[in-house]
Amino acid sequence: MEIGFDYTRSLGPTLGRFMAALAGRRILGARAADGRVHAPPFEYDPVTSDPPAELVPVGTEGTVTSWSWAPQPLEGQPLAHPFAWALIRLDGADTAMLHAVDAGSAGAMRTGMRVRVRWASRTAGDIRDIACFEPCGAPEPPARADPANAAGPPEPVTMMAAPVRLHYEHTASATESTFLRGLAAGRLLAQRCPACGKVYIPPRGACPTDGVPTAGQVELPDHGIVTTFCVVNVDYPGQRVAAPYVAAAVLLDGADIPFQHLILGCDPGEVRMGLQVQAVWKPREEWGTTMENIDHFRPTGEPDAPYESYAHHL
Amino acid sequence: MTDVAVIGFAQAPTVRHGEGTTSGVEMLVPIFAEVLRSTGLAKGDVGFWCSGSSDYLAGRAFSFVQAVDAIGAFPPIMESHVEMDGAWALYEAWVKILTGEADVALAYGFGKSSAGQLRRVLALQLDPYLLAPLWPDSVSIAALQARLGIEAGAWTEAQMAEVAVRSRAAAVANPRAQLSGEVSAEKLLGQPYVADPLRAHDCAPVGDGAAAVILASAPRARELCPRPAWITGFEHRIDSASLGARDLTTAPSAAAAALAAGVRGRAGREEGPPAGGRGGSGSGGPGVDVAELHAPFTHQEILLRGALGLGDDVRVNPSGGALCGNPMFAAGLARIGSAAQEIMSGRADRALGHATSGPALQQNLVCVLEAR
Repeated sequence: MEIGFDYTRSLGPTLGRFMAALAGRRILGARAADGRVHAPPFEYDPVTSDPPAELVPVGTEGTVTSWSWAPQPLEGQPLAHPFAWALIRLDGADTAMLHAVDAGSAGAMRTGMRVRVRWASRTAGDIRDIACFEPCGAPEPPARADPANAAGPPEPVTMMAAPVRLHYEHTASATESTFLRGLAAGRLLAQRCPACGKVYIPPRGACPTDGVPTAGQVELPDHGIVTTFCVVNVDYPGQRVAAPYVAAAVLLDGADIPFQHLILGCDPGEVRMGLQVQAVWKPREEWGTTMENIDHFRPTGEPDAPYESYAHHL
Repeated sequence: MTDVAVIGFAQAPTVRHGEGTTSGVEMLVPIFAEVLRSTGLAKGDVGFWCSGSSDYLAGRAFSFVQAVDAIGAFPPIMESHVEMDGAWALYEAWVKILTGEADVALAYGFGKSSAGQLRRVLALQLDPYLLAPLWPDSVSIAALQARLGIEAGAWTEAQMAEVAVRSRAAAVANPRAQLSGEVSAEKLLGQPYVADPLRAHDCAPVGDGAAAVILASAPRARELCPRPAWITGFEHRIDSASLGARDLTTAPSAAAAALAAGVRGRAGREEGPPAGGRGGSGSGGPGVDVAELHAPFTHQEILLRGALGLGDDVRVNPSGGALCGNPMFAAGLARIGSAAQEIMSGRADRALGHATSGPALQQNLVCVLEAR
């Protein structure tokens, strides 16, 4: 499963000016009350907790104070080929900046070596404007045209985008596995709590009432009732059914906990609590180990279930 | 205020790829049963539950809520959660008993590290403006710290390998450990670097696991446990999030937490009370017999021994420590539980449990326990 989100972050006065300077291919540090220059700048003085009184330019060259070698770079890191992570004390600064050094091999790295910034080909006002660092002995890069905003005092950057992409592999538990394989065969396999007798579908690792693993397997029919529902009128990304449509809590006959599913095949205005519904399965050749094998539920036309029959399942 | 003691501890086996889900339920059900059985308590006797876990590990929002299924929250329970190691959940539980809101509390931590790429997921605990956009992974950052110490003469690669050797040998007696066995430092030092200067043995293995600890107020503890592990100091402190502004060869926050908790640490640069001059929960006193340190990297154990002022006579990590099993969000709690176990079993009279969080030992928690 891939999870992604593009965070947008407001920067504040100190980092806003730092990022604006990066866009102009310059680096700013912050002078602390004790006279030490922090680069990157602190937002609040580590000793006095005051915002920095002064941002001062520091060099775009510096000295490596520690390094480690990354033989297999990970997704999102500054370089796609092997590189060094390094703490780099920029000229004029008293603290170090963490960044990547494109050194070619671990053998080319040593503490105390001199490195210089390699700027991104296009700067945007975030930390990735520094593409990486490179050894000072490396051939000079071709001269780049100064960006237009390098001349005047740059406006502070107010927002930055920070995309996050993460990958997960979710494990199905033993009972979930049984449930999913049941779905692939068109069966609805629930689990019963050995203590209270409640029937859960989809199965849970433990009964939320008693805290004991569910034990007995129970096969349920694909027929049940709507306990509660809502009419979706708003469009959203990833939507599969045109609004308006009904998302409902469906309680299968014999189950104690409803699950959410779609109610189609009638006007949304006709859906009500207690409505009897029947699963509409996709064609058998489309079945997999997924709840999506049931395309939706449709009303059966039977008389509504009395409220008392499902009051305890709301 | 009442005194509070640890009266029970249980830990799930730490495994590389657990069969359970990211909800933690499958790991928690057996250890809740085990720890309750060991104290003779029933679920209903626990007045407060507190968990430590992370949505970033589980890859979904509010993931801790489903873990409550393992408790069985009916009738409704008093429950809380921290997005931290379970050691910090234990701290909250301790405060809950101190303030008289509960007599018995159960803290638990769980994590399925194997669902994602752990070293990459941990980049998201860094400064979101200057560091996280570069995705520096947890192993690479620890390697920067290791080299600083090596070049400063604070430790050597050979000493780091000795930490791994001793940890794995100790873990032979711990059925919950993920790694154990007899190995030679020479053989370990012949292995390639995974992040120069760190080799595989310098890094805790990635593992799934869970731990649970029961705390009780003084009267309940005496009634329920023949030899409770009384908490005499419980403190946590934090260093700057700016890696390049910290002296990474030491951990002032660990020393400050230890001092406040009643164990005199060595802050490195300063002597005397920690910055801010705040008093602590500890009363000062003698050293400890045993320490369980949450050091996910070999050099960090050496660093912590120094920062906490532990002499050579202190037994360190008889469980094998985090280097032999580091279930995220449970390993720190397991250190305190293991330290308490040393007291409850009669093997020690005074013990220290330590937990860390954040990159390169940024946050440190110290719990001092003793027999009476």
